[in-house]
Amino acid sequence: MKLFRMLGRSIRDAVKSVVRNFSLSLASISCITITLIIVAVAIIASYNVQNFTKEIERDMTIVAFVDNDADEEDVKEIESDIKSISNVSKYTYQTKTEVKEKMQAESDVFNTVLKNWSDEESPLKDTFQIKVKDVEKLKQTAMRIQSIDKIAVVRYGSGMVDKMIAAFNQVEKITYGIVIALIVVTVFLIVNTIKLTISARRREISIMRLVGASNFTIKTPFIIEGMILGLFGSIVPVLITMYGYTAFYNHFDGYLYSQLIQLIKPEPFIYQVSLAVIVIGIIVGMIGSASAVRKYLKV
Amino acid sequence: MSDLIRLKNVEKKYKNGTTAIYDLNLAIEKGSFVFIIGGSGSGKSTLIKMLYREEKPTKGQVIVGGLDVAKLKNSKVYKLRRKLGIVFQDYRLLPKQTVYENVAFALECIGEKKEMIRINVLKALEDVGLKNKVHSYPDQLSGGEQQRVAIARAIVNNPKLLLCDEPTGNLDPEMSMEIMKVLEDINKRRGTTIVMATHDKEIVNKMKKQVVTLKQGHLVKFKQKGKYEDEAI
Repeated sequence: MKLFRMLGRSIRDAVKSVVRNFSLSLASISCITITLIIVAVAIIASYNVQNFTKEIERDMTIVAFVDNDADEEDVKEIESDIKSISNVSKYTYQTKTEVKEKMQAESDVFNTVLKNWSDEESPLKDTFQIKVKDVEKLKQTAMRIQSIDKIAVVRYGSGMVDKMIAAFNQVEKITYGIVIALIVVTVFLIVNTIKLTISARRREISIMRLVGASNFTIKTPFIIEGMILGLFGSIVPVLITMYGYTAFYNHFDGYLYSQLIQLIKPEPFIYQVSLAVIVIGIIVGMIGSASAVRKYLKV
Repeated sequence: MSDLIRLKNVEKKYKNGTTAIYDLNLAIEKGSFVFIIGGSGSGKSTLIKMLYREEKPTKGQVIVGGLDVAKLKNSKVYKLRRKLGIVFQDYRLLPKQTVYENVAFALECIGEKKEMIRINVLKALEDVGLKNKVHSYPDQLSGGEQQRVAIARAIVNNPKLLLCDEPTGNLDPEMSMEIMKVLEDINKRRGTTIVMATHDKEIVNKMKKQVVTLKQGHLVKFKQKGKYEDEAI
């Protein structure tokens, strides 16, 4: 009961103080807003990158082409060899006729070209398509398969994808750096805002101390004030996340540039991001005001 | 053990090297009214400050209402402050709040219930004779009235001890006597122990209460029904 009463008083004081120091509060709120917008974009981007890199990794396939002169016996031997590799999770075998049919079905251009080729002329080869358990060991597994007799060429789409993932990781790191720097600046600004409130209420605080208010009672309004600033600062970023990401997703039909880069569906993703943004805003506000209180109140 | 305040071999040395109090021993009984007198630099303000732990003694023991003041952690000071009321020379009221709000503030800070705040505030304001000024603001009041508001705020939580640091310092003799009447009344009716630092000769002589005389940090005299003697200055 008593705690609720005190809390009510703290909230009342905090709101009053935000309104009273409106210009400075607004400065803090805008700073939090900018920080949180970037944080939101960073979260959305990094989750999307993670999402589609996982997709790509899942799709990563080793294609082993069988020599043209291999007969059925050889194919069986190859198959048992592939089966014995521990990292192989799944494989399918396609004869060149099947590959041809598949390609013909995929596009008209291929269809007209491939129709004119007989089985002997065909540059296509019988193939094994192999999926692995552990993508990290993709290269080693590919090498193992390469060493099997009567395997002509082994291909795995690593090169380009590896570089892409590395680049995204780099971008992610830089984004984190920027976000941390911005949070530090924001905390600093909040410290100053709260400092001003504290000095405006210095007299009140000294009287509070004289009449026996506990430290908790004295500190709470300022910490709540910081949390309110954080909460207000997260309004615009949340709106941007909710409407902005949905619009972005709809505009690109859920894909970026190609079918390869698939975006995360807005629901429930935007709600999770919004919640994260609000929580970060409130925590940043709290950290700022708590450190201001510790520094300038010394109670 | 009817002593509310007990000082044993107390010494206070400030960081700049000046010693304000030398080896002070003092016991003040519950319900008494004590003046602490002495000229400037005699250490009377320091003594009062040590009683509400604005300052810590450098040596010795200060016990107020059973609490060892020197050993009290910063975060626990409020426990001591809730047992006592403090009145200053400069009133220390909140200018933007009414008389009622100023007095209620002391109870709000310690989380008292609204009905209890109302009852206690009105009672305290009645005791100081300001029941008709409840909705006034401090700047609409005379100095004496402002000081009475400060006294009401100090006694609103029914403390055992009321500390006054030169409460009449800013007031003319007439208003000073008004304040003294209020204090005496509180002492008698509520049984609150009052310790008051002052250098006002006339008040001390008229009131005929216990007098502690300090001179340059030393206790010179502790007399029942004492008078302000010139040697103290």
